[in-house]
Amino acid sequence: MSKTALIALIFVYLGILFLIALFAEKNKGSKLVSHPIVYALSLAVYCSAWTYYGSVGMAAKSGVEFLTIYLGPIIAAPLWIVLLKKIIQLSKVYNISSIADFISLRYGNSRSLGALVTLVCAASIIPYISLQLKAISETFEIVSTSTLGIEGSSVMTDSTFYIALILAIFASFFGTLALDASKNRTGVMFSVAFESVLKLTFFLIVGVYVTYYVFDGTTDIYQKASLGLDLNQLSTINGLSGGINWYFSIVLSFLAIFLLPRQFQTSVVEFTNRKQLKTSIWLFPFYLFLFNVFVIFIAWGGLLVLGEQANADYFTLLIPLHFGDHWLAILVFLGGLSAVISMVVVSTVALSTMLSNNLIIPYGFIKNLTRSKSFKNEKTIKNIRRLCVFSSIILAYLLYALFDPKVSLFSIGLISFLIIVQLAPSFFIGMFWNRGSALGSKVGIILGLILIIFTYLLPFITEYVTGYHQFVDEGFLGIESLKPYALFGIDLLNPVNHALYWSLLVNTGAYLILSVIKKGNYRERNYGEMFVNSEKVVELKENAYVWKGEAYVKDIQNILVRFLGQAKADKALRVFRKRYAVNSEEKLADARFINFSERLLTGAVGSASAKILISNVAKEKPVSLVEVLKILEENKETISVNKSLEEQSQKLIKLTSELKSANEELRIQDQLKDDFLDTVAHELKTPITSIKASSEVLSDGNDMPEELQHKFLNNIIQDTERLTILINDILDLEKMASGRDELNLQLQSLNGCIEDAINGISSIAERKSIEVGFHSSSSIMIEFDYSKMLQVFTNLFSNSLKFVPEDNGKIEVFLEANSEEVIFKLKDNGKGIPEEDLHLIFKKFYQSKNQTFKKLQGSGFGLAICKQIVEMHRGVIYANPNVETGAELIVNLPKCRP
Amino acid sequence: MKKILLVDDEPNIIMALEYSLRKNNYDIYIARDGEEAIDLAEKLKPDLVVLDIMMPKVDGYEVLEFLKSHDTLKDTTQTIIISAKHKQSDVQKGLNLGAKEYIKKPFSMKKILSTVNELLTPKN
Repeated sequence: MSKTALIALIFVYLGILFLIALFAEKNKGSKLVSHPIVYALSLAVYCSAWTYYGSVGMAAKSGVEFLTIYLGPIIAAPLWIVLLKKIIQLSKVYNISSIADFISLRYGNSRSLGALVTLVCAASIIPYISLQLKAISETFEIVSTSTLGIEGSSVMTDSTFYIALILAIFASFFGTLALDASKNRTGVMFSVAFESVLKLTFFLIVGVYVTYYVFDGTTDIYQKASLGLDLNQLSTINGLSGGINWYFSIVLSFLAIFLLPRQFQTSVVEFTNRKQLKTSIWLFPFYLFLFNVFVIFIAWGGLLVLGEQANADYFTLLIPLHFGDHWLAILVFLGGLSAVISMVVVSTVALSTMLSNNLIIPYGFIKNLTRSKSFKNEKTIKNIRRLCVFSSIILAYLLYALFDPKVSLFSIGLISFLIIVQLAPSFFIGMFWNRGSALGSKVGIILGLILIIFTYLLPFITEYVTGYHQFVDEGFLGIESLKPYALFGIDLLNPVNHALYWSLLVNTGAYLILSVIKKGNYRERNYGEMFVNSEKVVELKENAYVWKGEAYVKDIQNILVRFLGQAKADKALRVFRKRYAVNSEEKLADARFINFSERLLTGAVGSASAKILISNVAKEKPVSLVEVLKILEENKETISVNKSLEEQSQKLIKLTSELKSANEELRIQDQLKDDFLDTVAHELKTPITSIKASSEVLSDGNDMPEELQHKFLNNIIQDTERLTILINDILDLEKMASGRDELNLQLQSLNGCIEDAINGISSIAERKSIEVGFHSSSSIMIEFDYSKMLQVFTNLFSNSLKFVPEDNGKIEVFLEANSEEVIFKLKDNGKGIPEEDLHLIFKKFYQSKNQTFKKLQGSGFGLAICKQIVEMHRGVIYANPNVETGAELIVNLPKCRP
Repeated sequence: MKKILLVDDEPNIIMALEYSLRKNNYDIYIARDGEEAIDLAEKLKPDLVVLDIMMPKVDGYEVLEFLKSHDTLKDTTQTIIISAKHKQSDVQKGLNLGAKEYIKKPFSMKKILSTVNELLTPKN
């Protein structure tokens, strides 16, 4: 393909990416754009051109060692649940938009530390971008076959320069849409996810092509490779030194997946919901796995087909070209381009935020900004960021121009990793150790960097750039123990891991020792506490930060307006006043308001600038460390007291409702008892009235005929008996209820008992022409108390007699048994039991309103007594609710006594 | 002779009342429940109804309501309640409905007689 055509293709491809990003920006809320998979795929920005081309080169040169770069992230992924969650939580609470903000905030908004971290990130990112540009430029040359079109070596005619320029425009436009850098960049992230899919697909295609088209599958390659290549060196870990090197390489990539600014950007700043983490934990390692499936086969295949002289980094392009498959080479080129674009865009967006928020604004522009109007400020900040994106890409381009074409992709990439890993002690230890101080952090990072320069960068430059070998071979100033690749005689490690070992050792040591020796100021300790106890911070919110001093709401409000605009500032103020119920008349700002405002500004201009802005209008008084700890402790206590109060009140509410229902139950019981007493009184009074009246008549009636006298006397006897029954019923019930009554159990026929009960009521039934039928298939023998069960059956019959109509009344009894129990069923054609009374009829004191004629034996206890007796027999008695006419009462008695 | 209708579902009580009142020269009629009471009252137009409250079918209050809403009976027939219901609210209800007297059970026969006599003796 000609260069012109290739350039045109690149333009078309970038155009498509522009459109995809635009589409995502416009459809922010849509399911597709906000899907957790998009987040997981955007993490694959980790796989840059370094991976895309460099892995194969590494595999061809030193075998499986390339895997370490992926094993670290794969090991890290499960830890995200704990570690990344904490980082995300803190970042969201404090509107953190970059790793520089994160570290500087942890150490008390340290402006100088933020700047230092920014420089470290820049030092890591810019060479890495150069590396990407180098990959683009070289692959461009490989794929373009014609020399027609753009030619030459000056900047203006170099195609790489234009590619860099287009990238710069793309990144600066989409990456800086929102002022608040902690807000999401949906468009960029969606196009990154899209590119992740593309690069993986194209890489897999070329992998399949090499393995199954050029060769006959993996076994074929292996067999041919074992004949033609030194496979032992290419497929094993070489002894102890190899093992240790593996270990350190994995540590390196493990730390990098957290610390690389582009990873912090995609995993923390762009994080929106929990589902994203869940998906990433499996999807991201799986993605990396897929990316590595064919690497070793492509490497072996390349060595077999093209020989060791060819540039192994570009086997993926060279193999298809070797066989004349230009279309495939172009696809692979586009995949590589995708990897480059996503890495460059995300990295520069992250870097520009850091440069503007942690370096340029706090060290120069802050005064200008505080004097200008809000819309102007927003414009200025955005322009600063755009300029940063632009200049970092251009700077990377210039650095690229300096590269020795012989230096492999892999070794440049590792420098980036080594530099960024210097942030690890301050970053990780700081999150879990509240003593870590800004001084320890700064000194540690600087010492770590010096060691990297001495043990890796300097020898790298002297060897590859200047060709001066004495430094590496004989050591610094010829001192043996100062050999850059074998400091103090440690020569077990390869240069990268050697540098990693020494730099991290010294960095961590300095950080720990200085933090212990020299305590940080109260501000550092305050933020230290907040970062270590991040879960509590979420609860404490603005209360977590201790601030003492004097500031006016008006002044701070002005700053907010200047940086956020009038509308946003007003809204924020309303939110704050509502959250803490602060009076809008309040003129003096308290610690909460200071903290609240600082956080808002952190999102816009970074934590260091936010601190400067606030301290310009607030007279801050230093707070002693003891005070900080005391106040924090108090806040924690207040929260825990509030919590326990809340729990208490919940308990009280529950208790109250329990009491209410118990009370209701009691009220019903009480009502029943009242009704019962009324009934009992009435029932007692009736015979007494009769006795009294009859006696009066008798005592008065000297002239009464003897026959009448006899009648009255008989009435008195009758009513006395009625009274006796009533009183006995009450006593019976009471006795059974209190459990003092015992059963006289005997094995006997239940049929007999029922028949006796029927005989007992037969005279009444006959008189009223009520038919009583008893149906039983066999005689049932069980253990029961005869007289008590007789009472039960008699009561049930008497009850039915009260409700069935005279003349055509019908009562039918069924007795049957299964293996476990005996079932007695009484059916009548009476008025039935009102539904609302079904559960009440067995309660004491219940009397139906439905009785047809009154007081046959109506003490109101009949069924209550039945229930007591049946339950003493461990049986159950109930009314069948599902009957259409009449009533159906059922008694179940167990056959065996438990 | 003045006509008295006795309404109660307790035969023994009725019997004692009937004997005493008859001996005092009243014309006595008997109803065993509210329904019967209403029928008889309309037919006989008694001068006095001695009324129990707790009865099956139609209770005493309902009978009283009927008597007091009847075109002629409301002026000609007086009522005494005899009941075991002892609460003040019950008494008040009976009196509000138009009963001349509310006598609680167990009653004294003398009290019944004096009340009946007083109500049925023409006043000058």
